[in-house]
Amino acid sequence: MADTHVVTPEHEHSPHLRHHFDDMEQQFDSATLGMWVFLLTEIMFFGGMFCAYTIYRNMYPEAFASTSQFMNPKYGAFNTAVLIVSSLSMALAVRAARLGQQKALQILLVITMIFGLAFLGVKAFEYHEHWVDMKVPLIGGHWDYHEAPQYARPAQILFCFYFFMTGFHALHMVVGVGLMTTILLMARRGVFNSEYFTPVEISGLYWHFVDIVWIFLFPLLYLIGRTKQLI
Amino acid sequence: MHSIPSVRTYVIIWAILTIMTFVTFYVAQIELGPWNIVVALIIAFFKMMLVVLFFMNVKAESPLTKLFAGAGFFWMVLLLGQTMIDYISRNWMPGGKFW
Repeated sequence: MADTHVVTPEHEHSPHLRHHFDDMEQQFDSATLGMWVFLLTEIMFFGGMFCAYTIYRNMYPEAFASTSQFMNPKYGAFNTAVLIVSSLSMALAVRAARLGQQKALQILLVITMIFGLAFLGVKAFEYHEHWVDMKVPLIGGHWDYHEAPQYARPAQILFCFYFFMTGFHALHMVVGVGLMTTILLMARRGVFNSEYFTPVEISGLYWHFVDIVWIFLFPLLYLIGRTKQLI
Repeated sequence: MHSIPSVRTYVIIWAILTIMTFVTFYVAQIELGPWNIVVALIIAFFKMMLVVLFFMNVKAESPLTKLFAGAGFFWMVLLLGQTMIDYISRNWMPGGKFW
């Protein structure tokens, strides 16, 4: 019986092609889809918090609005701009990886990390201000809401949401910076080329996702209720 | 694999995102009543779409990836929509009216 299968010689494959994929494009699409499935679980994770926030904001609209007097929207807007720049440099890093531009890829990854760390620095500074301002609930002796005592209890709920949501977001940023460090080390070893750049691409997807979470946190926590003079 | 967007495209998207951040910041200082939240969320939604379509390049991805990305959004609509339909129709809850 004659063997009709055409066996492609080993050396015609890209060394990065796993045997269970047909070609590099299918492998790349599978990795991207897999990353999106992971991002869907992240949407569920943050979505639960956003949903709980919406319920309580609906229950205590005035109390929640009163807390925006203790958020500094300038820091929030600045951090939004910082994250958008980091997303731009991340997108450009993925582009450089696709084009096989090794040097540009490494520089852009470093820029992305610097802006990510700048975001975390501003966030740490804000947390410190809340600590000094006595706006940290759940920790004994660091909660005081004498400016509007009638809202003191529900305002605590908002600050819990604030610290949990921005805290988990900051944790994702820390993970993102760790990812970028790994990708940078891989790029320095020359792992990526115009044919194989999947890790850069899917780490980029993660970075942009974390940016999107902040795009929603910024108006919800800093901006809503600014015009209401409740205190 | 897919077509590679130009640097120009990315910079334009970045500029739009930055301008919208300033817009949402200043609009929040103007009293619009219940519309403050609506405007803030519309701007946030538009920014999200720009990031998803261009920075995450979903625009050029396979239909299956597009479906999965859309499923995440659809799930959020279900979660928030169904939950709030329940909460705002309960007269005994504090607040009760939507913002």
